[in-house]
Amino acid sequence: MADKSQICSVWVGSETGILKGVSLSKKQAFNFCEFSCLSRDQEVCVLGWGDPQETEVLVGSVNGTVKTFSTEKGIFTETRQCGESTQGRFTGLAVTDSALITCVETGLLRVWKEGSETVEINAGKNVSRMRQNPSQCNQVATGGKENGLKVWDLERPETPIFTSKNVRNDWLDLRVPEWVRDMAFIPNSDKIVTCTGLHQVRVYDPASPQRRPVLESEFGEYPLTALSLPANKDSVVVGNTQGQLAILDLRKGLVRGCLKGLAGGVRGLQCHPSLPLVASCGLDRFLRVHSLEDRTLQHKVYLKSRLNCVLLSSRDPELGSTGVSTDVEEVKEEVGEVDEVWDTMEMIKDKAKKRATEEVEAVLVEPERTTKKKKKAVK
Amino acid sequence: MRTGFTALKKVKINSDANMDIVEAQEIKGTFTKKKNKKQKKQPTPPLTRSDDSMVKETETEHVDMLGESAFPPEFRVSEIKNKQRRHLMFMKLKLEKRKQRMAMKKKKKKERDALGDKAPPKNVPKTIENQRIYDETTVNPEDEEVAFDEGTDEFSAYFNRLTHPKVLITTSDRPRGRTVRFCRQLATVIPDAHVYYRKGLALKKIIPQCVARGFTYLMVINEDRKVPNGMVLCHLPDGPTAHFKVSSVRLRKEMKRRGKDPTEHSPEVILNNFTTRLGHSIGRLFAALFPHDPQFVGRQVATFHNQRDFIFFRFHRYIFKNEQRVGIQELGPRFTLKLRSLQKGTFDSKFGEYEWILKRHENDVCRRRFNL
Repeated sequence: MADKSQICSVWVGSETGILKGVSLSKKQAFNFCEFSCLSRDQEVCVLGWGDPQETEVLVGSVNGTVKTFSTEKGIFTETRQCGESTQGRFTGLAVTDSALITCVETGLLRVWKEGSETVEINAGKNVSRMRQNPSQCNQVATGGKENGLKVWDLERPETPIFTSKNVRNDWLDLRVPEWVRDMAFIPNSDKIVTCTGLHQVRVYDPASPQRRPVLESEFGEYPLTALSLPANKDSVVVGNTQGQLAILDLRKGLVRGCLKGLAGGVRGLQCHPSLPLVASCGLDRFLRVHSLEDRTLQHKVYLKSRLNCVLLSSRDPELGSTGVSTDVEEVKEEVGEVDEVWDTMEMIKDKAKKRATEEVEAVLVEPERTTKKKKKAVK
Repeated sequence: MRTGFTALKKVKINSDANMDIVEAQEIKGTFTKKKNKKQKKQPTPPLTRSDDSMVKETETEHVDMLGESAFPPEFRVSEIKNKQRRHLMFMKLKLEKRKQRMAMKKKKKKERDALGDKAPPKNVPKTIENQRIYDETTVNPEDEEVAFDEGTDEFSAYFNRLTHPKVLITTSDRPRGRTVRFCRQLATVIPDAHVYYRKGLALKKIIPQCVARGFTYLMVINEDRKVPNGMVLCHLPDGPTAHFKVSSVRLRKEMKRRGKDPTEHSPEVILNNFTTRLGHSIGRLFAALFPHDPQFVGRQVATFHNQRDFIFFRFHRYIFKNEQRVGIQELGPRFTLKLRSLQKGTFDSKFGEYEWILKRHENDVCRRRFNL
């Protein structure tokens, strides 16, 4: 199991309760569970990294347990009971230095600290997603149906530090319904981007005095279910219930392009933290990896069950893993080369103006492609 | 005034004359037609008889040459200027080719018969079905994961014999003509089916009432200009919902050689070619429409045959004539379905999550790829 789990670069949680690991470089998928103890109440709701080194995957199930999966050993090492199944499904899972943060549909946000008592926050009814601020670990955002975006500071759990205000009434003077389905913190700024069940994408800025969204745009006609921020700034990838994926520009809120090939609704979406890649999974039982640059489908893996969530590791999925075989080592050397190239490029990037950034990206891509070819040659 | 009157008169006379001419032409026409019929067996056409004798001679020569098939190499039938001649020649050419082909076929068959068992295997014709691109979602019956997924899905209650199917059939609002009859006939095919008028009710309001009354299926037939063209099949109480396009509906009255009306026995169900994961879901959806145990006394079979993603429905009665032979009789109705979308949960076209949706211009680039 250990050698299997070490090569996996994408982790997917399924509706049947199976944790799946996918190795894109070797084009293999593995199931990490025992078939004898399968049941629907183990359905995976949320996935998250347990530590910054990405050796532990936290798996939140419907029945209220959070299991820890070690990617090095390839087995489930720990099981914690974090609430009952009657409180609803998990909507978010995060870790700080010492605590585990969970949130369920009924709005119960809990911080499970080791040794001390758990902190409970009521985030309102029908919470559909909770996310943690990647730069400030003690900040989380919640939102749901008729439950606007709220940002909480876990140090001071009494009141949220930011509560959004609903947008103004429409042109018929009717109230606009609220339905936050997913949100993300934009790095290096206070802004938060949300997508709604009424196909809007909104950007909130807690730093400004305005509590209403600073930018609003629409995509398609169907509820947006998932959202992810790519590595390059001012864009966001959203997916809806009909399997339409689009890259939206956050400066003006326009559609930059659509990612094609999906047959069913999107449930989980994640962009690679450094590379222009986005992984999507959903009800059509496929894991798809698209390139954000030319928007082509890079990988398509059939995983046999409906998929709920996806988790990408921060290493390059195309290059193997930290394995022991010789060819992998050679690949690793090339990784070093790439890093050198990147370092030099960054020097230029600092000097270049904003407008030239895209050109720089284009230059950046080329060495990467050559390494791919090299890798193939090595194989 | 006077001039005008004369003019009128003239016109009248002219028209009379015209009439006469027309009649005469008609008579001529009929005459020639009769002639044609009589002389059909003769090789030379009668129409050219009144033409110049020169032309006639050349044409007869042509005909003779055709018989020997000794044209100059650059001769083409399409170069003949006279349309009727061209047509005639073309038909002859076609017949000639056909004769040759049949002779070849006969010869081949003779050779095959002579060789007996040693004959080389016959070539299999290329169709887009047997050239189908392998679908990675094709279900392997030994697959544990798929078995578990199917064992615990929404239909598992039916397949574990916990529920009995009860179907509500309704239409779009104010159905006309064929749609009503189609619904009635569907209700005779599916046991325990109840046809209700829609009365302008919203489907989302009907569904909770159906669940409360123990229905396991809601079937809605949609129509366009009095012709049924869509079907929504919603499994209750918690989905899934499938949306089909309905085409080539043939009601009982329009069928040739149909049998007597079906009896109330629950029929056997045949599901053909539902191989992929999506196909399995759709197959289970259809299977759960009918009661668990077919009554073999009724000798009735409902068939859902999938071919190139089109699902053909047929309803038959069979009889075993002797140990080898079996006779079937179609009872009707017959129709064709094509899956448009499969949605998780009960009918909710706006906020529902789609498990699969037909995207014709996005995903159907290849004609040899099928989804069911």
